[in-house]
Amino acid sequence: MSTPSPQETAESQAPAALGREVTAGLGRDDVAHLARLARLALTDEELDHFAGQLSAVLDAVAEVGKADVEDVPPMTHAVPLTNVTREDVVTPSLPRDVVLAEAPAAEDDRFRVPQILGEEE
Amino acid sequence: MTTAQAPSSHGTDRLVDYDELLTRYEPVIGLETHVELGTASKMFCGCATTFGAEPNTQTCPVCLGLPGSLPVANAAAIEATIRIGLALGCRIASWCRFARKNYFYPDIPKGFQTSQYDEPLCTAGHLDVEVDGETYRVEIERVHLEEDTGKNLHVGGATGRIHGASHSLVDFNRAGIPLVEIVTRPVPGAGAKAPEVARAYVTELRDIIQTLGASDVRMEQGSLRCDVNTSLAPVGSLEWGTRTETKNVNSLRSVERAVRYEMRRQAAVLDAGGRVLQETRHFHEDSGSTSPGRSKEEATDYRYFPEPDLVPVAPDAEWVEKLAAELPELPAARRARLQEEWGLSATEMAWLVNAGALGLVDATVAAGATPADARKWWLGELARRANDAGMELGELAVTPRQVAELTRLVAEGTVNDQLARQALDGVLAGEGDPAQVVEARGLAVMGESDELVAAVEAAIAGAPDVVAKVRGGKVQALGALVGAVMKATRGKADAATVKRMLEERVVGS
Repeated sequence: MSTPSPQETAESQAPAALGREVTAGLGRDDVAHLARLARLALTDEELDHFAGQLSAVLDAVAEVGKADVEDVPPMTHAVPLTNVTREDVVTPSLPRDVVLAEAPAAEDDRFRVPQILGEEE
Repeated sequence: MTTAQAPSSHGTDRLVDYDELLTRYEPVIGLETHVELGTASKMFCGCATTFGAEPNTQTCPVCLGLPGSLPVANAAAIEATIRIGLALGCRIASWCRFARKNYFYPDIPKGFQTSQYDEPLCTAGHLDVEVDGETYRVEIERVHLEEDTGKNLHVGGATGRIHGASHSLVDFNRAGIPLVEIVTRPVPGAGAKAPEVARAYVTELRDIIQTLGASDVRMEQGSLRCDVNTSLAPVGSLEWGTRTETKNVNSLRSVERAVRYEMRRQAAVLDAGGRVLQETRHFHEDSGSTSPGRSKEEATDYRYFPEPDLVPVAPDAEWVEKLAAELPELPAARRARLQEEWGLSATEMAWLVNAGALGLVDATVAAGATPADARKWWLGELARRANDAGMELGELAVTPRQVAELTRLVAEGTVNDQLARQALDGVLAGEGDPAQVVEARGLAVMGESDELVAAVEAAIAGAPDVVAKVRGGKVQALGALVGAVMKATRGKADAATVKRMLEERVVGS
């Protein structure tokens, strides 16, 4: 079967990402929270600036919600396919020197990253 | 209130006595188990999954998350996940998608983990486990498919831990290996047995997955990893308490210890009028204690959304039925069958299982031993050796085939039990198979040889008082003479033969 039931899709397509209605607009606290998750340091001015910008983006996207889709079957993917898989076969990996050549820093054949703060594995 | 300090370098948690806390609190446990599937290639690319390979030699643009690369799902991993779901009595989704779980951590090259969110491949199963003759049903909430992360090595800290490290080094060989997550529903009602139920669940799950051949499920290599959720509520309370999630639980024994420790720690917090924090805690194998880890992110913080680079997975119903029909005999069914075949009581069976001897006894029987002999060796002499050496039974340097050979040598009368134990010494010392050791060490039972006749006659000559007693009617006194002959032959004679030879000479036939 290749088409999901409408109910399944409606639920999973809900704007769960931010846990709220997208049309409600983004406040400064929301942007600060997102910035923290994205590990971005933003100034107070930037927070206000982006809150306004992002709200405008969300409002624009929310226009889609006004369309009458009563009779339109839900779409889950731009390509109407399911079960595109590969066989469990090993293919060659990249040579390590090529892999690490792209890294900003490497040490002991591994990617070197800065100190990881505030989180215990 | 009885409390004690945790014997730990990691914390000085106050702990309530275990039996005492049970008079006031009821535990609820839950388990999240991650299993690395044993596929040859990764989940979304063709890189190899070999454990222990040189760092960063099994990576490619897909598993490194390089721009422009596109994932394609591994069919064998999907099939293995469905088979695990079926073995746990789950419903298999007729349609589901992968989702992106977004977070930043150096072990995750793409900035998100490809996982499943609200559409897991398998849901609503259960697993029954037995502890001390009682069956506990553990409900399975979901089984979903995702990819493993890379491995961080922390440099500059005291003990390779993140705390105090100056920087970290990342190996992405593991990133992208198919990972199945099996999540239970909360398990209330286990009371004092909660730690053991947790352990029994992970043990049974491990055995099932091993039987399916879906993974090598080696906890010490990290191909089976377990997070243990524990909460306490006052006895009779309608609401459950706040749970903690304990990570780094790397052995079956640790599963049990981690639950027990958290129960004792949380009880002390609650007794003192405090609140248990919802947090991730880190288990320490050496001290058996836990310490706080990172605070739990909210699910919304992960900003899950359907993975646009992968198309939905829609398992065909007929295919799923075929997979269900082809499942191998699962551990519970196997135990029931063997118990019946071997004519064991439930208690005898439980001993065998708890000793970790079931598979070994089965293999020994398959190699020709009787079930009674196989059990006798594994639960007796071999269990003693393993215990003395601080090893698991399966780690002893003796195979079921060799044990079967030992039982055959005894049954044939080539060796007696005592000589068989000496032969086992040789096998464990790497001297070869039992028959070879018997040959090389000259352990075979003495026949009615001149040497044995001489030993028998020497014993009779050396104990005229005993001979007189026997002749006077105290036949049981013969035992002393048998002992003397066995001693003189260093145990190599057959006691029954010796007794017969003595009787012939002392009592007359």
